[in-house]
This record gives sequence, C-alpha cells and structure tokens, in this order.
Amino acid sequence: MCVGIPGKVLSMEGRMAVVEVGGATRQVALDLLDGVSLGDYVIAHAGFAIHKVDEDEALKTLDILREITEAMQGGGETCAT
Amino acid sequence: MRHVDEYRDAGLAQGLIEGIRRSAVGPLKFMEVCGSHTVAIFKSGIRDLLPDSISLVSGPGCPVCVTSVEDVDKAVEIARQPGVILATFGDMVRVPGSYTNLQKAKAEGADVRVVYSPFDALTMAEENPDKKVVFFAAGFETTSPAVAATLGRAVEGGTSNFLIFSSHKTIPAAMRALLDTPALLIDGFLCPGHVSTIIGTRPYNFIADEYKKPAVVSGFEPVDILQSVLMMVRQVEEGRPAVDIQYRRAVSEEGNPKAVETLYRYFRPSDSNWRGIAVIPGSGLKLRDEYAAHDAEKVLDIKTAEPREVKGCSCGEVLQGIKTPPECRLFGKACTPESPVGACMVSYEGSCAAYYKYGRR
Repeated sequence: MCVGIPGKVLSMEGRMAVVEVGGATRQVALDLLDGVSLGDYVIAHAGFAIHKVDEDEALKTLDILREITEAMQGGGETCAT
Repeated sequence: MRHVDEYRDAGLAQGLIEGIRRSAVGPLKFMEVCGSHTVAIFKSGIRDLLPDSISLVSGPGCPVCVTSVEDVDKAVEIARQPGVILATFGDMVRVPGSYTNLQKAKAEGADVRVVYSPFDALTMAEENPDKKVVFFAAGFETTSPAVAATLGRAVEGGTSNFLIFSSHKTIPAAMRALLDTPALLIDGFLCPGHVSTIIGTRPYNFIADEYKKPAVVSGFEPVDILQSVLMMVRQVEEGRPAVDIQYRRAVSEEGNPKAVETLYRYFRPSDSNWRGIAVIPGSGLKLRDEYAAHDAEKVLDIKTAEPREVKGCSCGEVLQGIKTPPECRLFGKACTPESPVGACMVSYEGSCAAYYKYGRR
C-alpha cells in the first residue's frame, strides 16, 4: 500500500499540482511538502506529494552501483556504503 | 533521468549479486518489513538469485493484512448504518471480518465506495451534505499524513460530515515487537522506503543500538533491494550494525518534518491490534480529542458482536516470518486470491498472494 511513484511536476495551482507519471497525468495535493517547483520529480502517495526526489543523491547512488559492478568485473574490493 | 529504469539494469544487478555471493558470512535471515518490497522481491525473482546462505522473510508491512478482525467488523457496522457512505482503499473491502466483509455488506445494500485518495472521500462529503462520509483509514506512516492533511482541509472548510475511522498503524513499534519474539531470529531489517520518507531513520536507531542488528532503508527497484542486501551483509562482515540509507533519493535522516507535524497535529499514538499477532502498545493512531467531531468511533454508535478470528488461518505466523505461506494448511487449497480466507491472501502485497502468484521459494 506504500507504493509511491516519482512523477514530474507539469503545473501548479494553489495547493494542487499536476504530475506526469509514465505518460499519464494526475493531480496531487502539496499540503505535505514545501518548496516544490515546476520540473521537479516528486514522489506521490494517496494523492499527496510526500517527497522531492533528490537528483544529486540519485546520481551518487548510481555512481556507487557502477563502482561495485566494475569492482566485481575486475575482481577487486569496494565499499557499498 | 526518470528515477525508475536506472534501477532495473541487469549489469548493475549482476555486480551486486556477485558481491553478495563472495561474502563469507551467513547463514543470515533478513526481513523485508514492507509489502511493496515483498512484491518487488517476488516479481524480480531476487530470492532465487541470492546464495543459500542469505534468506529473505516477509514481515508485517502490508496494512491491509494487519487490519484486525474487530476493525473490519466495526467498518461493516458503520457501513450498514443509514445515511452513511463508507469510503476506503481498494483491498480493504475484501478483508474478512468475523462474519462478513465490506464487499458483501455492499452487495447487501450498504453504501461502500473505493477511493484512490482520502481526498476523494472529502470531495464525496462535500457533494453529499445530507450523508455522513466515513473514511475507513488504514495504512502506515506513508499514508496517515495524507489522511491528516485531508482532515485539515475538512476542518478548514467546515465539512462536518467528513468522518474518519482510524485503523492506522506505525511501523517501528511493530519492528521492536518482532525483535522480542523468541520464535523469530532475524539478523537484520530491510526497512520500508516510503514510511522512512516520512519518519526518517532515527525511529530505527534502537535496532542497531540496542539489538545490534543491521537496518537498511531500501528503494523498491531490483537494484535498490540487492544493494541494500549487500549493505547489510557488509555491516555483518564488519561487525558494525548501523541504520543505513540505500534509498537516498527519497529518504533522509530527518524524513519529512512537515508531514510528521501534520500527522501528529490530528492524530495521537494508541495501542493497536495487529491481526493474528497481538495488541502492540503505542503502535496505532487515533484522532486527537480536539477532532472528536470528525471521529467516527465517537460520533456514531458502533455495536459489534465479539470478534472471531478466522479458523485454521496462519496469517499471524506468516506476518511475523515464523511460517512461510505454503506451511499454512489452507494455502492454495481453501485459501486462494479468488477466494481468500486470510488477509495475507487478499492484498496484492500480502505474502500469501505473492507466493501464490510468483512462486514458492
């Protein structure tokens, strides 16, 4: 039940925003989240935006994952954290 | 970047599996607490990819599955009252109570409606001023702030016919209860992703500090989960139990303070009955007294017969990871997704439904 999917904010009016998730658009309420701007990716759950996806952290996680993969291919050691 | 496809990369997954396989630790039993993780793990076949030394067991993190029989009985009784519309999330209408469920009550004439968001129930109340619209609210900390914010809008707009029947539960108290269960020896927790988006990681600190077990907050894509397992394995190897975040793009240590503040402005902690498990002190949420006028349990006269647990159903043990679904004698015979006996077979995110649909390891 805790499914939340990242969607891109297309428009905002008052406390409501329209987000695009996988090609479909839906309305989400912004009561639980401050500082949302057009173009942000937000995680929506039960009709409310609950988090702004942190792009820098997402890139860092992907970097770590690539490092692990490279280390495994090369037989070396790495740290997941 | 769409924050989804990147975490389904087979090459990345292969590297992580290799990392887990090379580890010499084990046997280890990790519990994924969240039902959405259970579904993701089964769907991607992760259990079959892990070495025999690492096993994953499903926990109590499906809100539908842990809703008590007596709360379903109360919801049915509310729905049967004249002048009431009962609104709730989809799977809740099929959860068995002592004698019946909401779907059957609807067939018998009760006005039961399924909504996607509590907001839809508020709109329903605005459109039906001559009725009481009761939102039967289930869910963990991911969901309860949305219900709180909806109540906030009802209070603000003077929508006095919008009521809430709260069956909300909170996750950390249940995790502590699981760690104190002698029959269950868990070596670490894959912590729920979106619950943690709200509450952050501090409520889990006791897992590492007091119980010396690893805890990693994980995302929901296959690569997220594999990385989280590797992080827990590394913690065990290094003898360094800690609460780590793998799902950094959606979770921070402090969580979402605005959502937490909204939640506790309208709700207060209460004891709560987890289906088939026990009453866990402080693990539920009820409306604060200031909002009694919106509390269905205070506004309506709800009389129900003595609750009766479903006979022969092992949901309680399945929810605690003590039994696997195929070890229940009803599984796949008397209890199937088409005709579920227990709540774990009702919900798409229930362990029994996942075992039935995706395989039985």
